[in-house]
Amino acid sequence: MKYIDEFRAADLARGLAAAIARDVLPARTYRLMEFCGGHTHAISRYGVADLLPACVRLIHGPGCPVCVLPIGRIDQAIRLALAHGVILCTYGDCLRVPASDKLSLQRARSQGADVRMVYSPLDAVRIAREQPGREVVFLAIGFETTTPPSAVAVLQAQAEGLENFSLLCNHVLTPAAMHAILAAPGGTAIDGFIGPAHVSTVIGSAPYHTFARDYGKPVAIAGFEPLDVMRAIQLLIQQINAGRAEVDNEFTRAVTPHGNRKAQALVAQVFALRASFSWRGLGEIRQSALTLRPEYAGFDAEIRFALPDVAVADHKACECAAILRGEKQPQQCRIFGTACTPDNPIGSCMVSSEGACAAHYSYGRWRAAGAEESLPYAQ
Amino acid sequence: MPNEYAASLNLLSDQVELNHGAGGRAMQQLISQVFARELGNEFLAQGDDGARLPAACGRLVMATDAHVVSPLFFPGGDIGSLAVHGTLNDVAMLGARPTYLAAAFILEEGFPLADLTRIAASMGRAARAAGVPVVTADTKVVERGKADGVFITTTGVGVLVDGVEISGSNARPGDAVLVSGPIGDHGMAIMSVRENLSFAAPIVSDSAALHGLIADLLAAVPQLHVLRDPTRGGVAATLNEIAQQSGVGIVLDEAAIPVRPAVVAACELLGLDPLNIANEGRVLVFCPAADAARALAALQAHPLGREAALIGEVIADPRHFVQMRTRFGGRRMIDWLAGDALPRIC
Amino acid sequence: MCLAFPARIVALSGESDAVIDLDGVHKTISLALVDDAAVGDYVIVHVGFALHKLDEEEALATLALFREIAAGAAETAGGSGGSA
Repeated sequence: MKYIDEFRAADLARGLAAAIARDVLPARTYRLMEFCGGHTHAISRYGVADLLPACVRLIHGPGCPVCVLPIGRIDQAIRLALAHGVILCTYGDCLRVPASDKLSLQRARSQGADVRMVYSPLDAVRIAREQPGREVVFLAIGFETTTPPSAVAVLQAQAEGLENFSLLCNHVLTPAAMHAILAAPGGTAIDGFIGPAHVSTVIGSAPYHTFARDYGKPVAIAGFEPLDVMRAIQLLIQQINAGRAEVDNEFTRAVTPHGNRKAQALVAQVFALRASFSWRGLGEIRQSALTLRPEYAGFDAEIRFALPDVAVADHKACECAAILRGEKQPQQCRIFGTACTPDNPIGSCMVSSEGACAAHYSYGRWRAAGAEESLPYAQ
Repeated sequence: MPNEYAASLNLLSDQVELNHGAGGRAMQQLISQVFARELGNEFLAQGDDGARLPAACGRLVMATDAHVVSPLFFPGGDIGSLAVHGTLNDVAMLGARPTYLAAAFILEEGFPLADLTRIAASMGRAARAAGVPVVTADTKVVERGKADGVFITTTGVGVLVDGVEISGSNARPGDAVLVSGPIGDHGMAIMSVRENLSFAAPIVSDSAALHGLIADLLAAVPQLHVLRDPTRGGVAATLNEIAQQSGVGIVLDEAAIPVRPAVVAACELLGLDPLNIANEGRVLVFCPAADAARALAALQAHPLGREAALIGEVIADPRHFVQMRTRFGGRRMIDWLAGDALPRIC
Repeated sequence: MCLAFPARIVALSGESDAVIDLDGVHKTISLALVDDAAVGDYVIVHVGFALHKLDEEEALATLALFREIAAGAAETAGGSGGSA
């Protein structure tokens, strides 16, 4: 058992596809939001949509921490590198995000900024340890999956007595975003949620009960592999057909009701809730993001460098906001595919490979163009 | 005689200095002790600023490539062997037999001579193994910080094989698409050395001179349509280029594409797709469907093509899409990436 | 979000690190977020950290369920659901 290929088996996929085709009610449309960008990617990469009946519509949710990161926060990172001369450590995902003044972290590098890609926050701590004469800032992004590693990094820096390491904290919370989506005008049109895989290993399945109970929306937590996603879709369809609203857990091999308590405790030790945080596309959401606790203020780059938080508006024609809420589709954006392309992204949905627009550009526009009839392998 | 009173370069501990590029005695020393020694052949020995070559017996092709790879040394090769193989392959992809190479070096002040010697030796070995001499060379030195150690530009000339008409615009609906071996080795070998992304993985660059393989292939199937090596941007970029150039669509079968398990794993780890990763010793072949079996056999008979496979076909498609039937049973489009493939965490 | 993959622990190292193996690719990761991880265990790895152990029994049960559904579909019988 290796937990990968077994969950990608084509024969089981056909079986699930047949079962789903049988389960869907005639003349009923199922609008299911896959919250997690990783699921968006898996659905595109394996062509899962091909195996679903046309009445099952998958809506890409805002579970892409790069996509929801406001331009102003990237500007802060760029300013730290260019004006303050820090070593700015970032995950690869952020390098090409377009910010103000036609800059991105990658472009800032060509202007002399010391921007370094890391794979783990501990790499940034190592750089701080090796370069005691330089300030090192780690651009921390991500939902609940990625936050515990940041907590460990801060605690490690503290244990080592490092005085040149800090975090630019942009960690955000999944349930808060789901509430925002359901509260928005398009929220009522969503029939169910495919719950994130890895966020759920950390937070557990319990936090999702509020969506079933208080909004009447079924949730099915899905593992990361395409068979997991299909099974979760089947569970949602069955719930919807029966008029139920519950939390199903398809990812039982890694998700428990309470999640990873150790990770949660470390996060609670290091981070506190911000009163409010501005999400790109979703606007201000209360208690939706984290900042460092006062006792860790020495590791908070916003305090250390007195960074002003400047709100930067999106490009006027950019429809990322509506797209992130599931209200519009990429092709309904005026600049999709013309001014805004993966080569020249205007909005964040195009920058991240799991953003709705990038996914549609790479995979969807081929399907929309009716490629089915040209394919010899059409089923 | 001219160097009788000059101290030899200490190749183990000396560094490149600005006067090594200034055209004087120091530069002569660098050339004779490093380049001429490692790359030596009758043409370089002529000692002039260019090489006098015999008359060519056919139509000529020429190709050139600048090499700026970082890191300079990686599992399976270095910038030197890469520079030789890359240009030999460019010539071979046109359906020509490479005959001569030229090389220009831009050296950074302070670059260790030990590393330079290692690179020159590697180039010499690669050129000799390929049977193609570096007949003329040039070297310049720039100030510290203005080059990444060393940049190498190689130019190659070759003679076209008679009757061969190969071009990226020749793909036709019905053509078979083949690849000469597993994809993604070179790019992932590079990743394995790069700072901040190190892991102990048995992935070695596939960098190799392919003209021998291609000569065998052309002998078996002279009426090939397209040959191209999927370098930067990987198979995805190259197939999209060809689809655009030829005005056709391409359909791939994911299960048929050879990828080493370690490359698959390394890509999983970093969130990359093997189709977007560079190769330096593979060729994509488009040929009439009727010739596919013969082409495959010719590739597999050669040491560099043992794992060759038939991976797809060309179809008529006014949108020029490259699509793939996934192992899972669905379909997806294969687009080319904007910029280099970057590891991701999301 | 959250690219993560399952990998097998092949060695423990240092105070809280481990070496994982994914088809011959080895990487050192941190076990700071999980307790009682042992050599031979499979863990989900994200940004250089193990997030959670994988439960083999549950994995087998899930696969068995998929097979049952696939077989059921072939016979046109109904599939079964599951709740958290």
